[in-house]
Amino acid sequence: MDFTFDDQQLAFRDAIRKFLMVEAAPEMLREVWETHSGRSAELRGKLADQGLTALSVPEEFGGIGQTDLDWILVHQELGYYAIPDSLTDTAYLAVYLLNNMPCDLAFKRQWLPRIAEGRARVAVGHPLNPLVSDAEMADLLLLWHDDEVHALTREQVKLTANASIDMSRRLFRVEWTPSRDTRVCPASPGRELWDGVLNRGALALSAQLLGLTHRMLDLGVDHAAQRKQFGKPVGSFQAVKHHLADVAVKAEFAEPVIHRAAYAVANEWPQRATFVSQAKLMAGEAARLSARHSIQVHGAMGYTWEADLQMFVKRAWALDSAYGDSIFHKQRVAGQVLGVDARLGPGESFAGGIERPMKGIQYG
Amino acid sequence: MRLEYTDKQNRFRAEVREWLREHVPREPLKSFDTEEGFAQHRAWERTLSTAGYSAVTWPKDMGGRGTDLVEWLIFEEEYWSAGAPLRVNQNGIFLLAPTLMEYGTEIQKRMILPRMATGEDVWAQAWSEPGAGSDMAAIRSKAVRDGDHYVITGQKTWSTRAVFADWAFGLFRTEEGSQRHHGLTFILFPLNLPGITRRPIRQLNGLPGFAEIFMDDVRVPVAYRLGEEGAGWNIAMATAGFERGLMLRSPARFQQTARLLAELLRRHPDRAAADPSLCDAVTQAWMGAEAYTLATYRTACRLAKGGHIGAEASTNKIFWSELDLQMHETAMRILGARGELMPEAPDAAGTGQWLDGFLFAQAGPIYAGTNEIQRNIIAERMLGLPR
Repeated sequence: MDFTFDDQQLAFRDAIRKFLMVEAAPEMLREVWETHSGRSAELRGKLADQGLTALSVPEEFGGIGQTDLDWILVHQELGYYAIPDSLTDTAYLAVYLLNNMPCDLAFKRQWLPRIAEGRARVAVGHPLNPLVSDAEMADLLLLWHDDEVHALTREQVKLTANASIDMSRRLFRVEWTPSRDTRVCPASPGRELWDGVLNRGALALSAQLLGLTHRMLDLGVDHAAQRKQFGKPVGSFQAVKHHLADVAVKAEFAEPVIHRAAYAVANEWPQRATFVSQAKLMAGEAARLSARHSIQVHGAMGYTWEADLQMFVKRAWALDSAYGDSIFHKQRVAGQVLGVDARLGPGESFAGGIERPMKGIQYG
Repeated sequence: MRLEYTDKQNRFRAEVREWLREHVPREPLKSFDTEEGFAQHRAWERTLSTAGYSAVTWPKDMGGRGTDLVEWLIFEEEYWSAGAPLRVNQNGIFLLAPTLMEYGTEIQKRMILPRMATGEDVWAQAWSEPGAGSDMAAIRSKAVRDGDHYVITGQKTWSTRAVFADWAFGLFRTEEGSQRHHGLTFILFPLNLPGITRRPIRQLNGLPGFAEIFMDDVRVPVAYRLGEEGAGWNIAMATAGFERGLMLRSPARFQQTARLLAELLRRHPDRAAADPSLCDAVTQAWMGAEAYTLATYRTACRLAKGGHIGAEASTNKIFWSELDLQMHETAMRILGARGELMPEAPDAAGTGQWLDGFLFAQAGPIYAGTNEIQRNIIAERMLGLPR
C-alpha cells in the first residue's frame, strides 16, 4: 500500500506546471479565446515539445508510453491553467481508442506517430456528450455509432458550431452517415472501448475541475488579501475566510478520490466505474463551490469580464456536465451503493472488492 | 503508487478478524458514561491488550504491536466491521500517547503507557475552563512550584470521561502574570489526589460524559510534568494536531456508519420511494466516508515517507464532523416518527442506536477545536489570509 506518487511523476508534474505558468498566462488565454478557431498552433507546438502529445502513445509508435496515473497529474495542471486545446481528446482519449482497437496496424501507424509529434488533432464523439469538441480543426474524427467506432475526415462530416459559455470550448453538431467504409471497430470490443473512453474522459475532467478549483481559490485568496474595506483586507473577516476555507476542504478530499479512480482505471479494477463517477461528482462539487465562493469574495469584480476569474469559473461550469453530468454519475454510484449485494464499508476501498455486475449503459 | 495490500497486511487483517470474532462481546456493553458500563469497557481494554490490540502502533514493550499506520487503519477497519465496543481510553491512547512518545521522558513512558494499554489507567482530558473554550490561551488555572511539587489551583470543565477516569492531562499557568500562550505548562495528574473535586456534567443524552474538575491546592509531583516548564502550549498544539489530524476518528467508523445507513434505507423501500432524495443522501454519505478513508490512507503513507501533518489536519476535523452529522441526519429522516425513540424504548426495535449517534454527532463540530476555529486555521495557515 503506497498512496503517493513517485519522484519521477512529481518531477514531470512540476516541470509541466512551470512551463504552463510561463506559457499560459490569462492574457494569452484571452487572445486565444478571441480567435475563430479558439486554438493556438504555437501553444500546441509547445505542448508537443513538452512531450504531452506523446504521453500515452506506445514507444513503438514514437511515444513515451505513460499511464492514466501520469495523465491525472498533467490534467490537474491543464485545469489550473485552463488550457484551450484539444490535447485531452487527441492525446489521451483518441490514443486510448487507437491503442486498443483491433483495427489494422496501418491505421495505427498512420495516426499514432503523428499524434505523438503533435501534428494531428483528433476529435472524439462519445454519445454521452451531445456535441463534439474541436471537430472543426480535427484531422480525424472517431465517432460512436451503435457501439461501433467510425473514423472520418472533416470532409466526410457536416459541422454546425455551437457557442459555449466557456469560450475556450469549441463545440460542434456533427452530421454524418455511417458506412462499412467508415467503420474501424465493430460493436463487440467497441462497447467496452467506449466505456473506457467515458471513464477516461470523466477522469480527465475530474482532474481539470480540481485544478480549476485551486485556481479559483487562489484568485479568491489573492483578491481577499489585497482588497481593503473598513480599513483592512476583506480577507481578514471571518465570513470571507470561511468561504475560502470551505473550498479548501472540498479540494483536499476530492483529490485522493480522483487519484484512486485513476489507479482503478489504470489497473482495470472491477469497481472503476463507481470510483470514476465518485471522482467526477466530488470534483464537480468542489469546482462549483469554488466558483460560487470566489465570485462572492471578489464582490462586484466577480461579476465583470475584466477580472480573470470569469475564465476559470465558466470553464468549471462547462466541464462539470461533460462526460456525464451529475445525474449520470450519481446514478452510477447509487446503483452500486444501494444495491443489495453492495460491497461497501471498512476494508472495501481498494482492489479486492468485487463489484456487482452493472447493467450495461445504453447510449444513444 | 500501489493501492494493493501486501501479503503481510492481508495476513494481519485475517488475524485481527479471527481474534475479534472470538472476543468481541456478544451483548453490547452499557455506556461508558455509567459506572457499570465504564467497568465493562475497562475490562474490554484489558482483553484487547492481551493481544496487543489496544494500541497496535505502540512498541511491543509498551504494550502495543509495533505496527505502522496502514496496519492501524486495517485494524480499525476490522474493529468497526466487527461491531466492537467504543474505546473508553481513547483520550489517552490516541491523544496523550502520541504526544508522550514525542515529548515524554523514558521514565514517564514506562510509567504511563503500559498501564494505559491495559486499561489500568483510563485517561481524561482537562483542557477547557469556564473562561477558556475555543480561546484556550485564556487558561487561568495555576500551578505554583513548591520544591519537587506543583501546587495546582483552579477549575477545568467539560472534561470528557473525567467522572470515572483515573488520570487527566491539561495545561496550567506556571508563570505568574504570564499572558496568553506564554507561561503554560503541560501537566499530568491522578484524579484521586487530595484537593480534587469532580462534579459530573450530564450531556445531551442525560449521562455524565463530562465533569467539572475543581482543584484546591492539589500537590502534583514535578515528575508528572510533560516537556519543559512554559512549553505547554506547543506541546498541547501537537496533541490537538493528532486529535484533528489522524487518529481520533478513524475512517472505518464512518465507513461502517455509511454501510449501516445503506442497509437501513434498503429495509425501508417505502421511504426511499416516497423521497428519492434519501437515496441521494445515502450515496453522499458513502462518498464522504470513502473520501475520508482515502485521504487518511494518503496521509498515513505520506507520514511513512517522512512527511508531517500540517494545517490539513483542520480540513480533516471539519470533514468528518460534518459527514457524521449528514449521515445521522439522513438516518433520522429515514426513521421519521420512530427516530425519537430512545434505545431502550420497547418499540425502538434496534433503531435507537441512530439516535445515540445523532446526539453524539452534534458534538463533532464543537470538540477538538470548533469548526469555526478550524476554518480560521485553514484560512490563515493554509491559504495565507491575513489575521
